[in-house]
Amino acid sequence: MSTKTKHDAASSKTPPESQLFATMALIRAFETRVAELYRDGDIPGFVHTSLGQEAVAAGVGGALREDDYVATTHRGHGHCLAHGMEVEGMMAELFARGAGICHGKGGSMHIADPSKGVLGANAIVGASLPLAVGAAMSSKHLGQGRVAVAYFGEGAVNQGAFHEAVNLAAIWNLPALLVCENNVYAEFTDSRTMARIPSVAQRAAGYGIEAEVVDGNDAAAVCALAADAAARCRDGRGPFLIEAETYRWHGHYEGDAQPYKPDEEAASWRERDPLEVSGARLIANGEATGEELERVRDEAAARVEAAIERARELPPPEPDEAYADVFGEVPA
Amino acid sequence: MSSETAAPPQRYIDALNEGMAAAIEEDERVVVIGIDVGAGGGIFRVTKGLHERFGPERVIDAPISEMGYVGAAVGAAMTGLRPIVEIMFMDFVGVCMDPILNQAAKLRYMTAGALEIPIVFRMQTGAGKAAGAQHSQSLEAWFAHVPGLKVVMPATVADARDLLLASVRDPNPVVFVENRRLYGSKGDVDADPLPLGRARVARPGSDVTVLTWGQMLRRCLEAAGEAGAPSLEVIDLRSLVPLDLETILASTRRTGRLLIVHEAVQDFGAGAEIAARVGAELFDELRTPVRRIGAPAVPMPFSPELESALLPTSKAVSAAAQRLVAEG
Repeated sequence: MSTKTKHDAASSKTPPESQLFATMALIRAFETRVAELYRDGDIPGFVHTSLGQEAVAAGVGGALREDDYVATTHRGHGHCLAHGMEVEGMMAELFARGAGICHGKGGSMHIADPSKGVLGANAIVGASLPLAVGAAMSSKHLGQGRVAVAYFGEGAVNQGAFHEAVNLAAIWNLPALLVCENNVYAEFTDSRTMARIPSVAQRAAGYGIEAEVVDGNDAAAVCALAADAAARCRDGRGPFLIEAETYRWHGHYEGDAQPYKPDEEAASWRERDPLEVSGARLIANGEATGEELERVRDEAAARVEAAIERARELPPPEPDEAYADVFGEVPA
Repeated sequence: MSSETAAPPQRYIDALNEGMAAAIEEDERVVVIGIDVGAGGGIFRVTKGLHERFGPERVIDAPISEMGYVGAAVGAAMTGLRPIVEIMFMDFVGVCMDPILNQAAKLRYMTAGALEIPIVFRMQTGAGKAAGAQHSQSLEAWFAHVPGLKVVMPATVADARDLLLASVRDPNPVVFVENRRLYGSKGDVDADPLPLGRARVARPGSDVTVLTWGQMLRRCLEAAGEAGAPSLEVIDLRSLVPLDLETILASTRRTGRLLIVHEAVQDFGAGAEIAARVGAELFDELRTPVRRIGAPAVPMPFSPELESALLPTSKAVSAAAQRLVAEG
């Protein structure tokens, strides 16, 4: 791990912490209700929530430009929301409605909105990395100055795709921001037992790129680091790896009872709730009152609830939708 | 396309090279990515001279890292480039199937058309030179089985150029299967190329329809030219996806007999699918059952003697055609 890059919030533009808090509140409200709706059978398929990891999405999302690219994982709702995807279209998609953002053909694991730069959640562990590196390649080739973010978990770093993609980003000096959410568990398995060197950031040295570890439950810290890293990418200084240490509150998927997690470990991480971390600081700095923060959370919950009510009323896709979009029309 | 070269390409390999050059020239979004494709000019020299002509930004050398660079090429295709990505041998695709199978083939669909993936996966096959079991496979049926991929197999010099250009211009992922046994073959370019998705009647005939692709086209044409052979109508399929069933059915309706010949292993091969479709459509009009000739279901052995014993020959094609005529 390198600590050569000094991340200083003043050197890169970052949004106020209140904005990061609002993003986290939205993700928290969204994921909380999605977990309930899945449990109640309202949402089909598989669902993986990011409860407890909101600070990473909010922090990185807050540091990006609107036209930057995001490729994410099966646990991607938070990243999508933080990068500007609409709650309504996302919720309708999770409900498998024809008016969903992917017309009911993507679902939770494949949710995407390329018009917002979100290239998609991805159900293949590690797949976000080569795709984001390719998006970074496009940006560089076309001279766009866009940064491509690959979100991945620490479970993905033992995939060949991680190794190959990071090496490519390094040798081609691409504007790729590699964001590892280290949430301790790779599906059911303690990932510290799956590598002789559990630190993801340490691996960066093997590719000749820089990396930094950050408290993944502190949105402001994540945002400051990500803003600096994105600025480096835009300056042509190549890829940067962020290892955000955080914790997955829920199971690998909704319904996973998590017998493999020690109670005290889970409890201690919940005490470091990312919304509480930011909320306490906002109050201490006089930037918000407890009531104001409650109102932000209530507004987020109301927005999610409205999206749920709308999604419930929407029809499923027309049967013909199943046959649309397999191939694009060849121009004459 | 408006090719600026005066003389038509002479060899299949030159036609591929010319097709890529024309694609790079006509569209600034086109890049070529692969192992040794740049300064080295490619292991078979298919990309020879392109690096010098267009520079390292357009013709990009990748490490031996197919999962990485094929995946990155898919990501690049999603975001505005039109990559031609080379997988050195078709057999090597096993290490990079995810970007093709789960990403390129599905992301347009899963995003309801919001993502476009214009990419060409160039790879080559072609048994017959003792390359062994890991350098000799024809796996086109794998890709034809995955919705969302086009699968193209040029068998002629003209198609090497024209189908490659058509594949680059196509807004969909295309698996482009070259045959290295044809790299040195010579022919003329077609002044009026058939579009991608249309089969070509390579030789008209009346007794048996022989459907083939890749290097087997040559063998089938040889069989048709043999003295005393039945009159064979040889069809070069050109692409498995889209499948030009119309041309196959029209010819088979006329001859009443269909023989499918491919280099790939016969079991569960593309010939089986085509035979089933033709059988379902023409059950009452077929004079004989649809027959297939492909490689037997064994890995390709190293020994040249064993290898040539496994690959379909022109003699086997004409013998099978004669049997079909004798059957009914």
